[in-house]
Amino acid sequence: MTYIVKPKNHHPLLEKNKLGLTRRDYEGAVSTLCAGCGHDSVSSAIVEACFQLSIESYKVAKLSGIGCSSKAPAYFLNQSHGFNSVHGRMPSIATGAAMANHELLYLGISGDGDSASIGIGQFVHCARRQLNMTYIVENNGTYGLTKGQFSATNDLESKNKYGDDNLFPSIDLPSMAIQLGASFVARSFSGDKEQLVPLLKAALSHKGFSFLDIISPCVTFNNHNTSTKSYDYIREHNDALSKPDFVPSGKEILTDYPKGSSIEVPLHDGSLLALEKLSEDYDPADKIKAIQNIQESQRDGKVLTGLLYADPKAKDLREILNVSDKPLNTMDREELCPGSDKLEGINSGLR
Amino acid sequence: MSKINSINDFVIKFANVNGSGSASANQMFAKGVFRSGIPVSPKNIFPSNIQGLPTWFEVRVNEKGYLGRRDGIDIFVAMNPQSYQKDVSELKENGYLIYDSSWKREFGREDINVLEIPLTKLCVQEFTNPKQRLLFKNLGYVGLLASILEMDKEIYVSLIEEQFRGKEKLIEPNVKALNIGYNYAEENFKDFCEIKVQKSDKTDGLILTSGNDAAGLGCVYGGATVCAWYPITPSTSLAESYNKYSEKLRVEIGTDKNKFAFIQAEDELAAMGMTIGANWNGARAFTATSGPGVSLMSEFIGLAYFAEVPTVLFNVQRGGPSTGMPTRTQQSDILCSAYASHGDTKHVLLIPSDPKECFDFAVEAFDLADRLQTPVIVLLDLDLGMNDWSTKEFEWDDSIEYDRGKVLSKEDLDGIERFGRYLDVDGDGIPYRTYPGTHPEKGAYFTRGTSHDEYAGYTEDGVKNAEMLSRLLKKFQTASSLVPAPVFNQEKNESSMGIIYFGSTDCSMQEALDVLEDQNLKIDAMRIRAFPFNLEVWEFIEDHDLLFIVEQNRDGQMRTLIMAEGGIIPDKLVSILCFDGQPITAEHITNKINAHLSGKPALAAS
Ligand SMILES: Cc1ncc(C[n+]2csc(CCOP(=O)(O)OP(=O)(O)O)c2C)c(N)n1
Ligand code: SF4
Ligand SMILES: [Mg+2]
Repeated sequence: MTYIVKPKNHHPLLEKNKLGLTRRDYEGAVSTLCAGCGHDSVSSAIVEACFQLSIESYKVAKLSGIGCSSKAPAYFLNQSHGFNSVHGRMPSIATGAAMANHELLYLGISGDGDSASIGIGQFVHCARRQLNMTYIVENNGTYGLTKGQFSATNDLESKNKYGDDNLFPSIDLPSMAIQLGASFVARSFSGDKEQLVPLLKAALSHKGFSFLDIISPCVTFNNHNTSTKSYDYIREHNDALSKPDFVPSGKEILTDYPKGSSIEVPLHDGSLLALEKLSEDYDPADKIKAIQNIQESQRDGKVLTGLLYADPKAKDLREILNVSDKPLNTMDREELCPGSDKLEGINSGLR
Repeated sequence: MSKINSINDFVIKFANVNGSGSASANQMFAKGVFRSGIPVSPKNIFPSNIQGLPTWFEVRVNEKGYLGRRDGIDIFVAMNPQSYQKDVSELKENGYLIYDSSWKREFGREDINVLEIPLTKLCVQEFTNPKQRLLFKNLGYVGLLASILEMDKEIYVSLIEEQFRGKEKLIEPNVKALNIGYNYAEENFKDFCEIKVQKSDKTDGLILTSGNDAAGLGCVYGGATVCAWYPITPSTSLAESYNKYSEKLRVEIGTDKNKFAFIQAEDELAAMGMTIGANWNGARAFTATSGPGVSLMSEFIGLAYFAEVPTVLFNVQRGGPSTGMPTRTQQSDILCSAYASHGDTKHVLLIPSDPKECFDFAVEAFDLADRLQTPVIVLLDLDLGMNDWSTKEFEWDDSIEYDRGKVLSKEDLDGIERFGRYLDVDGDGIPYRTYPGTHPEKGAYFTRGTSHDEYAGYTEDGVKNAEMLSRLLKKFQTASSLVPAPVFNQEKNESSMGIIYFGSTDCSMQEALDVLEDQNLKIDAMRIRAFPFNLEVWEFIEDHDLLFIVEQNRDGQMRTLIMAEGGIIPDKLVSILCFDGQPITAEHITNKINAHLSGKPALAAS
């Protein structure tokens, strides 16, 4: 495996965004994942979402743990700094980085092994601390990189490639995230760009801990007909809560949007996530309902997707800790060092 | 009955019950002696428990400034009947025993002087509040000591006033408690004790503080803005010190917002991850832990080493292995710190020997980490970290800037054709780095713990990876010229024998060297302050035929490190070891050296 840099031929007809950039400008190196891997679809949805939001790539930090999914940050946003850390520990890297400079956009990519097993403690505490970041789990119900072992998100009794039964119930990360205090929680499917891109845009615009569980099938180890994380299974059992449309701040809300059946979630920067209601009693601001919805559809053998929960007014970690508006990494000695006079005072207190 | 007779030179030990409020009274006694101008070295000997178990507090008072622990107790304040037997047996012949005679006891020793004071009875007479009755016994014996040692009682009155500034109501009953003991002693023990504290000026220029407190303050002065940590004895008070001083010194005027982030992590792995994340992003960040935490952090330490992210870690060592003796001291994490993590890794170690140096090395650690883009581990131990030491005052030069190392600005990047994160541009093994968000088109790279080339691209080319590993070694070589040089006891070597020591052993070593000199044994001595070893360290080893290496661990870890790194033959290096969890004494050192030199090496090594 080597690192392949794509040739950069800009087609003059390629669409440009507010920054005058094309989608190519948001791409990364050529993926070395298996052809058809769900993770690549997620990468291209991230490219699309960042393009549409006119995000400045260099103000994004891409962070990950270890796994096929955690390699993905190399395949989008070439102009962003990336940090492929150690297995299950992306959340702590993100926490430290975000404390150093809250002005960047933190995008964490993890896998189900990375987040639901080895790193579950860090996932839990990162959500609980309301770190301002977008946290994506590319959930394929398997350990892709180590060749197909069961992961903790696999459904009870589903089979692996080798025909073995999974003996333990699955961990549902979105329910956990809601319960832990994440202020934006959604689930989607790598194969459903129409749903995924608006959700990504909303997650990236949300201030606070945005969690996205993206079912992302592993074509090599977990795409057979006894897996509940295969393309076919998800297509058949996808129970979309809502059809989202993301309206960035400053852009007019489309008038032909079916008002009667839609809910609008205003985000802190003034943008709106409009959801076309598919389910009658759905309210993304109701925590308890959200968890109930998830559990009910799970009971019925369905995979509930869409925006599950959002609290646009939640505080984030920096606010909770009352950390300065000026990024800590821009403070120099003059701002940080109390100086010799103060030290003399301390000395005299210790005599 | 004979009595120990001395001025400004004695060891006093207090035996109490954990959680009885004795710690602050004992501390106050020590501070009163310090304020009288005599250096003290108070040591807390405490169980890993919150309430009810025996605890001891030992203070060595020594006008010459010998601050190491010394065996043999001259005065014992025995306030815990549970431990009477053991306590009384530690008292030297002709020593003084003070105990609460509300319940009379026979101690079965004819060779000691007993001072009876019915503290409980006196406190019950004077105070109605049951909590105060218990608490004020402690100040009662401080008052008694002030009287029998002929100290200036007003020193203690002002210490009480300072302690309760803002809670003035409490001053009066506390002073009353002090007087209960003081007056009782004036009436009953006038001229009884022949140990005295006489005012002196030997604490001019000194302060009384702990290594953890000093290191936490050093982190504030060194510009650390992020501290992520997980509680563990004996390192907790280091992180807490940083927070305490930051809350005082690092709050933005006007907004009241913090110019720091203090995060109690969910475990040491997360604490280290946060530290690395913050440093990667250009903030100075650190974590503090002890042995078990270092074990947990090891994977991340390897990442920081290989991906070249500056990181500062304070390891306040305690008794190991495993959970070991959490409240006892050792220097037994030398090797696990120097070589923390899997694969070929080596780390910069800084080893301070007193609180002043803890402050200085904390500041220096951030400069070195930034300059070298690598983890820097500052090694303290429980004795140095948690006990108060009489140490030199902190100093600060306002003209000195932080060294943030090789970081490229937007303008720098504009002038560069192609940025290579891991290119050795200057030939010192240290590459250039960029902070995220610096430049719209240049300087972005992918930080990874997997094998990478000069441009931070993933590679499985083994030759490339070997080159990268060799460059890291070159960087380590560079580090050896930047880390603090050793301290020598002599201006030039005079003996064919040398002593190598480090860290908190320093205080006992000064005394040991004086004792050896009195025995006409002139041995050169060198205190190592950092790893990798500087040229001066190797020259000293080269210049001597026989070297004693004094360490507070079982396996002679520093000796192993010297042998491994310098190819020094084992025969030349003799271990002097102490690993019972107590700080090493001068007597221990001199006895072992004498045993070795008189042809009983087995005795020396045991
Ligand atoms: C400490 C540690 N243990 C084990 C591994 C081996 N390992 C690498 S990736 C992985 C599982 C990844 O699974 P997941 O997070 O679901 O990612 P996927 O490959 O499925 O996208 C494991 C166990 C490792 N890299 N580090
Ligand atoms: S093994 Fe599975 S998860 Fe990994 S790249 Fe291939 S398809 Fe994707
Ligand atoms: Mg997986």
